[in-house]
Amino acid sequence: MLQGWVIVLTSFAYLCLLFAIAFYGDRRADRGRSIIANPYIYSLSLAVYATAWTFYGSVGRAAADGIGFLPIYLGPTLMAVLWWMCLRKIIRISKVNRITSLADFVASRYGKSALLAGLVTVIAVLGILPYISLQLKAISNSFTILVQYPAIEMPDKQRSVAVLQDTAFYVAMILAGFTIAFGTRELDAAERHEGMVAAVAFESLVKLLAFVAVGAFVTFGMFDGLADLFTRARADPRIEPLMTPFDDFSNYASWTWLTVLSMLAIMFLPRQFQLAVIENVDEKHLRTAVWLFPLYMLAINVFVIPIAFGGLLSFPKGGVDADTFVLTLPMAEQHTALALLAFVGGLSAATGMVIVETIALSTMVCNDLVMPALLRSRRLRLNERQDLSSLLLDIRRWAIVVIIMLGYLYFRLAGEAYALVSIGLISFAAVAQFGPAILGGIYWKGGTRAGALAGLSAGFVIWAYTLLLPAFARSQWLPQSLLTEGPFGIALLKPLELFGLAGLDQITHAMIWSMLFNIGLYIGVSLTSRQSVVEHGQATLFVDVFTKTREPSSFWRGTASTRELRILVGRFLGPERAQEQFAALARERSLRSLEDLPGDAECVHFAERLLAGAVGASSARVLIASVVEEEPLGIEEVMNILDETSHVIAYSHQLEEKSRELEAATTGLRAANERLTELDRMKDDFISTVSHELRTPLTSIRALSEILHDNPDLDRAQRVRFLGIVIKESERLTRLINQVLDLAKIESGKAQWHNSELDLRDIIDDALAATRGLFEEKNVALATQLAADVPRLVGDRDRLMQVMLNLISNAVKFCAPDSGRVRVSMHRQGDCVQVDVGDNGIGISAENQRIVFEKFRQVGDTLTDRPQGTGLGLPICRQIINHFGGRLWVESRLGEGSTFSFTLPLDPRASDDKLAA
Amino acid sequence: MRKPGIDQQRLIATFILGGVLFNYPILSLFNTSSSLLGIPVLYVYVFLAWGFVIGLVAWIAERPR
Amino acid sequence: MAKRVLIADDEPNIVLSLEFLLVQAGYEVATAATGEATLDTARRIHPDLILLDVMLPRKNGFEVCQTVRADPQLSATKIVMLTAKGRSTEIAKGLALGADAYVTKPFGTRELVDTVRTLIGP
Repeated sequence: MLQGWVIVLTSFAYLCLLFAIAFYGDRRADRGRSIIANPYIYSLSLAVYATAWTFYGSVGRAAADGIGFLPIYLGPTLMAVLWWMCLRKIIRISKVNRITSLADFVASRYGKSALLAGLVTVIAVLGILPYISLQLKAISNSFTILVQYPAIEMPDKQRSVAVLQDTAFYVAMILAGFTIAFGTRELDAAERHEGMVAAVAFESLVKLLAFVAVGAFVTFGMFDGLADLFTRARADPRIEPLMTPFDDFSNYASWTWLTVLSMLAIMFLPRQFQLAVIENVDEKHLRTAVWLFPLYMLAINVFVIPIAFGGLLSFPKGGVDADTFVLTLPMAEQHTALALLAFVGGLSAATGMVIVETIALSTMVCNDLVMPALLRSRRLRLNERQDLSSLLLDIRRWAIVVIIMLGYLYFRLAGEAYALVSIGLISFAAVAQFGPAILGGIYWKGGTRAGALAGLSAGFVIWAYTLLLPAFARSQWLPQSLLTEGPFGIALLKPLELFGLAGLDQITHAMIWSMLFNIGLYIGVSLTSRQSVVEHGQATLFVDVFTKTREPSSFWRGTASTRELRILVGRFLGPERAQEQFAALARERSLRSLEDLPGDAECVHFAERLLAGAVGASSARVLIASVVEEEPLGIEEVMNILDETSHVIAYSHQLEEKSRELEAATTGLRAANERLTELDRMKDDFISTVSHELRTPLTSIRALSEILHDNPDLDRAQRVRFLGIVIKESERLTRLINQVLDLAKIESGKAQWHNSELDLRDIIDDALAATRGLFEEKNVALATQLAADVPRLVGDRDRLMQVMLNLISNAVKFCAPDSGRVRVSMHRQGDCVQVDVGDNGIGISAENQRIVFEKFRQVGDTLTDRPQGTGLGLPICRQIINHFGGRLWVESRLGEGSTFSFTLPLDPRASDDKLAA
Repeated sequence: MRKPGIDQQRLIATFILGGVLFNYPILSLFNTSSSLLGIPVLYVYVFLAWGFVIGLVAWIAERPR
Repeated sequence: MAKRVLIADDEPNIVLSLEFLLVQAGYEVATAATGEATLDTARRIHPDLILLDVMLPRKNGFEVCQTVRADPQLSATKIVMLTAKGRSTEIAKGLALGADAYVTKPFGTRELVDTVRTLIGP
C-alpha cells in the first residue's frame, strides 16, 4: 500500500533537494567558483530535452508503432554533429551581443526590431503551451495511478472534474511556485541561472537512472534478457508487425520529417536555447557535448522498446495506457520502491522541462513583450521610476504563473484527446518555424526584417491552422465538420488536407506546408525588401562573428552624461550593480574614479549592452535613446558609416546612382582628410622649426650665463663681452617670440586691425625718419620719389608702418657700406597704389626669390650678420599686405640689387575683402 | 580541434553519413523480420549505427591536441 | 699633449661659449662654421673629437658625420652631435650614422664638458 501522503512527501523532498542544489549553485556562482563550468554538467543540462514525453511517451509511441519514436532522438544526434559549427556560432553571437533569449536573438539579428521580438515571443509561448500541458498531464496521471497502488486503474478520461479537485491544477500551482523560486530570485544582467543549470543537470541523472532501472528490471527481472523478451514478443500477433514498421513509403517520409523536425527543435526550443546558448559558460564545452549529449539520448532510449513490448505482453487484455507502462509495470510486479523511483524519474523529467521552459519564456515575455509596451506607454511614466529591477522580477513572476496556467488550460481544453508524443510534436512544429529566420540569419546577410516577419507569420498561421485548430476540434471545442468538410464547406481548406494534400500524417502535412511558406516568404520577401542601416550592421555582425573581432558597432554617435546613464542602468539592475559595472569600465580604461568616466559613444554603448542584458536589445535601444544626445558626425565616422551604408545600398538597383554619389563624396572626404593630415604634418614641421629658432639663442644665453656663474673671477672685459651677448641674444629671443605670436595671430585671423583713412606718404616719411640712423651708420644714400596724386586709403597705420620699416631696413642691411643706394618710390597704378623699395645690394637669385617669403628661410650670406633676422619679417609683411587685398613681391638679379614692391587697392570696399587672410 | 578546417570537414561528412544511415533506402534493407541473437535486425542496426556516429563524433572532437 | 676638439657650428655666440668651455677644460680647440670647412679642418688637424651641429650651412651635420665615418684617416675621431631640434627621429638618425653621442640645445655646460671628457679623456 502506498499512501498518497508518502508520494506527496517524496515529491516535495525531491523538489526541495533540487532547490538546495540550485541554491548551492547560485551561492558558488556569486563567489566566482562556478560548479557548472565543466563540459559534463553542460552536456547533462542539455538533456533537459528528455521530458515526460521521453520518459512516458516514447514507450507509448513504441507500443503503437515500434521504432517510430526514435527520429525524435536521431535528429538531435545529427544536429549535434554540426554543433561545433552552427551552435558555436550562435553562442558566440549571443555572447558578443549580450543576447538574453531566443526572441532577443531574432530581434537583434533583424535590426533590434521590437515587433519581431514580440512575434517570436507570441509564437514561442503559444507553441510551447501544449508541451507544458503534456508535462502536467504526465505528472498528474502518474500520481493518480500510483495513488491507486497496488491496483492499476487508468484515470477516467471522460470524467470531468472541477478545477479544484484536479490533481493537474495543483501540480501546475506547485511547479509555478518552484519555477519562481528558481528563476526569479534576482535579476542577472546576462540572464544566467547557474543554480538552475546545476539542478537540471542533476535531474538528468535522476531520470536516466530511474528509466534504466525500470528498463533493466523489465528486461532482466520480468523476462530472461532481451532475446527472451523479443522471442516472446514475436509470437504475439499484436507485436509482431512492430518489428518491421516500414510498410509503405509514407512511413519513411514521416520518419525523415520527424528527424528534421527534431533537428530544429533541439536548436530552437526556448529551454534548449536557454541552456545551450544563454547558460553556456565556455564554448569549448561543446566539444564534449557533441558526443555526450547524443550518448545520453542513446542510453535513455535503449530500454524503450523492451519496456513497451514488456508492457504489451504483461497487459494482454489492454486497458492500460501504454504511456504509463514505465510506472505500471513495476506496480504490476508489486515492486513498490521501483514504482516510486519511476514516479520520481517522471517527475524529474517533467519539472526540469517546465522550470527551464517557463523561465526562458518569462524572460521573453518580460523583455520582448511587456517591457517594450510599458516603456512606450507614457501614462505609466516608467522612465521616471527609480528602481525598476523589482518591477522586472514581478513581471517575470506573473509571466511564469500565467504561462503555466495557460498550459493547464490547454490541458483542460485539448490535452485529453491526444497521446503524449502527439501533443509534444505540435510544440516541436511551432518552434521549428524559427529555423529559417535564425539559420538564415546567421549564414545569409541578405535576410531582412520584412522577410523574417513574413516567413515567421506565415509559418505560424499555417501551424495554428493545421495543428492547433484540429486539436481543439478533436476535443469538441470546435465543430468536427471543420476537419471533415473544411471551413464553410470548402474542401481545399480542410486543416488536415490543406490544398488537397492528403495521405500524409498530420505532422508531416503541417511541416510541409508551414516550411514551404515560411522559407519561401523569408527568402522571397528578403530579396525584394531593403535593409535599414542598423539591420545591415547587425546582419554583418551576426554572419561574420568569427571573422570580425571588433566590438559590435554601436550606432550611437552621441554622448550622454555618465550620471544619467548610471541612473538609468541602476533602475533596471539596481544602483549597486550599476555602480559596480561602471566602476569596472572605469578601471578597464585606467581611470582613477567613476567621475572621470566620459559619457562618450563607447560608454553609451556599454550602458546599452548592460540594459540589453536586463530587458533585451530592442527595449534597451528605446531606453538609451531617451538620455543620449546625438552629435554631428566626425569625418572618420561618416566615412565608416558610408562604407557600411554603401554596401547596403549597392544591391538596390534604383539606388545605385546614389551609391556612386556617395562614393564620390567618400573620395572627397578622404581627399579632405589627406589634406588635413598634410596640414598637420606642416604644422608639426613649423613647430619643430620654431623650436629650433628659439633654442638657438637660448643655447648661447644659457651657456654664457653658466660660464659667468661658474667663473666669478673672469676678467672684466670678457665679462662685459659675454653679458653683452646674453643681452643681444635675449633681445633676439624676445623679437622672435613676438613675431611668432604676431604671425600666428594674423594667420589665425585673431589679429586686431585698427583701420582708419590714412595717407601712405605720411607712413613712408615716418618710416624713413625712423630708419635714418641705419642709413647714417652704413652711409647708404637714399632717394625718394613719391607721387602727389595718390589718394588716401583705408588701412591699419601701425601694420603698414611695420611693413615699411621691414622693407627699408632689409634694403639697408643688404647694401654694401658707403656705396649703397636705396630708392623708395610710390605711384598710382590703375586703382591701386604701388610702393617700391629698391637697393643695389647683393641681390637674390631666381630660385631664392620665392623662398624669402617663407617662414624662417633667410637667404644671402647669413653668416655675416646672423642674429639680426628672425626669418619671419617678410612672411609677416606679406600677410599684412594680403590682408588689405594687396600683393607683395620681389624683383631682383644676383649682384645687382633687389626691389621689393607692394600694391594696395584704393577702393575702400576692397579692404573689407576677407579673402586676404 | 587541431586544424579547424579538416575537423569541420570531417564533422560535415559525419553528418551526411548519419543522414544516409538513418534514412531510406539503407533503412529499408533492415526492415525484415529476421533477427540477430533474438533481437530484430532493424533495432540492432539502428542502435549500432547510432553508436557508431556518436563514436565518430567523439573521436573527431576529443582527439588529443 | 692636449686633446684636440673641433667645434662646428654656424652660430658665432655658441661657438664662442663652447670654445671658452673646452679651452678652460684643457683642450686644444679649432672652429668651423660650415660643413665643408668642418671637413677641411678635420682632415688637416685630425681632431680627437668633433662637436658637430646638425643645421650647418653647406653640407649639414649628418652629411659631415657620414663623410667623416667613411674616411679611414679619421677613424679615431669621436663625433658628438648638437641639435636644436630635439626630435627622437633625429637622434636616432645621428646615432645610426655613427655619432658617438648626442647633445640637445640648450645644453648644460657641465654635462657637455662631461660628455666630451667621457669620450676622449681629459
